This record gives sequence, C-alpha cells and structure tokens, in this order.
Amino acid sequence: MSTLYPVTVTVNGSPVTRHVEARLSLSDFLRQELELTGTHVGCEQGVCGACTVRLDGRITRSCLVFAVQADGGEIETVEGLSDNGEIDDLQTAFHERNALQCGYCTPGMLITANELLKKNPSASRAEIREELSGNYCRCTGYHAIVDAVETTGRQRQGGAK
Amino acid sequence: MKAPSFDYVKVQSLPELLGVLVERGDDAKIIAGGQSLVPTLNMRLSAPEILIDINGLEELKGIAVADGYLRIGALTRHYELGRSDEVAAHAPLLAQALPHIAHEAIRSRGTFGGSIANADPAAELPACLLALRGRLVIAGQNGERTVDVADFFHGLYETAIEPEEVLVAAEIPVLGGGERAAFDELVMRHGDYAIVGLAAMAKADGEILSDVRLSFFSVEGKPVLAAAAADAVNGKPLNEEVLQAAQAALENDLDPLSDLYNTAATKLHLARVLTGRVLSKLASGGA
Repeated sequence: MSTLYPVTVTVNGSPVTRHVEARLSLSDFLRQELELTGTHVGCEQGVCGACTVRLDGRITRSCLVFAVQADGGEIETVEGLSDNGEIDDLQTAFHERNALQCGYCTPGMLITANELLKKNPSASRAEIREELSGNYCRCTGYHAIVDAVETTGRQRQGGAK
Repeated sequence: MKAPSFDYVKVQSLPELLGVLVERGDDAKIIAGGQSLVPTLNMRLSAPEILIDINGLEELKGIAVADGYLRIGALTRHYELGRSDEVAAHAPLLAQALPHIAHEAIRSRGTFGGSIANADPAAELPACLLALRGRLVIAGQNGERTVDVADFFHGLYETAIEPEEVLVAAEIPVLGGGERAAFDELVMRHGDYAIVGLAAMAKADGEILSDVRLSFFSVEGKPVLAAAAADAVNGKPLNEEVLQAAQAALENDLDPLSDLYNTAATKLHLARVLTGRVLSKLASGGA
C-alpha cells in the first residue's frame, strides 16, 4: 500500500524533492521530512488554524492538503516569514504585549494576522476578531492578540516599524 | 489522527477522470479543494482506496456569462467567487454568502463545486443555488447532462450525481430587473457552521415583494424552500402583520432536525428570527 510519490516544492525559497506516501499531510511533510517544526499541528481537521502556511501566495491549512498535492508549489512557513523579516513587527508586538503564553497557536496567528494587515492595516478590533476566528488560542483569551495585531496595523499605516 | 493509506492519481483531462471513475468505481473518491474530505479521511470516517485529484482539470475552471446564465466552473475556489465582478453583478446572493463560509485559509482552497457535490446540510452554497433557481452540469461516460437544482439535492450528503459522474459547473440565471438578494445566518462564532441560515431572492417593486424564494439551510437534511411563508408575503407591502404571517407560516414549511445543541423548536424559532431580518432587508433594498 505504501507507494511513494515524488514531491518537488519550493519551501521558503529553497527547492526540495522528497518521495512520500500519498497520505502524508503537508503539515507532517514540513515537520517530519524538512524538520520545519514552526508549523504546528493541532486538530488535523482544519479547525484550529495552528498549521496555517502560505501555499502559492495564499494562506492555507497545511493539515488539509496532502504533500503530494503541493507538488510544483511554493510554500512559505513561519520560519521563512520570520527569516525574511516580513512579520518582524508583528512578532515584536506579540512579544511586547504578551500575546502568547504556551505559543502553540502563535505561528498560525502570525501568518493569519499578517495576511489581514496586508489587505487592511486599519482593520478594526471587530474585523481582527472576525479574521482570527479560525485560529484557536486556549491561553490568552485573545485580547492581547487583538491588541498586538491592532498595534502592528497602526504602525504599518504610519510607515513606522 | 492521520489519514489511512490510499493511492493517488492526478488526472489531466475529463476523459481520463471518467475512465478512472469507471475503472475504480466505489473504491475511488474525487478530491478537489479537500476542505471537507480531508477531515473525514483524517478522522477515518472515510477510507477510499484511491484519491483522484481533479485540481488540474481546466474544463472545470472559470466564470463566464452566456445566454442569460452565469456559469461557474466546479473548481472555482471560494476566494475566486468572492472577488469575481461577474458574480457580484449577476448573482449578488453568492457574493453576500461568501464571507460567511468558513475562514480565509479555507476559502483559499475550498471549491464551489465541492461544496455543492458534498451537499452538507449546513453549507451555504447549495441553499443559494436553490434560491437562485440554478441548474447543475454533470459529466459522465455518455456526455453531459443538466439537472435542475430542484431535482439535484436528494438528502443528507446525497445528490443526483451518480458514482461514475462528476459535477462540471453550475449555471445560474443572471439577476433580473427588480430582483434583490439577501443572506443571513446565525452562528455561535464567525465561520462556524450555521445553526440556521437563510438565502433569499425576491422581485421588488418599492416595498412590495413578489416571487419570494426563502431557501433555508442547516434546518433539514437538504436545503428547503419555504413556500407557505413566501405566499404570505408575495404581492403585499411588507408590514408587521405580513411579516408575522410569514413567520407563522414557517411551521408548515419546515420540519427542523434537532442537533446536539439546538432542539427542533429552537431551530424553528431561529428560522422565524432570520425570516424577519431577511425579508426586511429585501424590502429595504437587499442587493
């Protein structure tokens, strides 16, 4: 049953090829094959948002895509967005506002919030809550996360870091 | 959990897909966006021997207007539906429903056709299609056939699509003069499955509504049109009395299924609440 399928993808700018089982999720591919453990796996049914990555430029649940389906695609993970500085301001704001406790949801929160702020840096608190409604956090109660996202949005609007 | 083992093939054409469907029959499952299928695999509620990936099929893509119909390819992603000028102009009901469907990351990948073919009773798009009087284009070994939406949804996750067939597109009559759309749903939290939802269309002449179509979802096993409630409204200026008559009539239209959290009586009550909101929206402008 365990036929292996070739997968060639670009991950955070670097091309990689592996041979994997069809049933391997993209999230497990990133974590187990590439040891990029910043992508977290929570519910494995698309509900919690911890596994959110960018696939071909759009945020996607990596637990709901099989690695073999991503063949030819371009994937960006929290490691990539962290290294290239794209979410630097958001990470700083999360840190300063204590917008994380255990940190399990944080990579998904950062990627989802970054996507919102790219479209709408002046998002209201209600809009931020709506956009983050697909990302669960069991520690913070969300207030601090909304604060951090709102602060970052204001900074990006002002052009300041 | 993790999905059980399966074989995988990414088909490159419609004839190739139909061939594999015939060859593998019940052992095969089509994967499009996968946003409903993959959870069922991961929860081991489904264990196909082979997944047929149709994401490469150009024949199933695209949005176009021709002969008075808006044709939406089955592989159109939710986000593509949401940013389409054609959809906004010719089927504003879909544009209104779209932000209610799950979350941005799900809309990146989930498909229009997948939502319709899956026929989840809580899904928004099947109910919209019913209110819009759409029709479904289905391909099989003997070519294409068209099924009216009224004959398409058979029940809980059941449709007119036969095992060796695939949904190609939906065709929706373009918005007529004076036609309005309104959509609303009640949820515990944005993006969740609706407790009760309502997709509605009507012709409007000032405050007088006619040809009212109230399509409820998350109430019965499939989307349902509330005919008695619509009759209570058709041709009358919408006032408090007419609104209450429509809300009362829902008892004859709906036979709600209770779920883990809401009784049938609660659902009927909530359907009445939504009816009030949505009819008021239709009378005051809709979209």
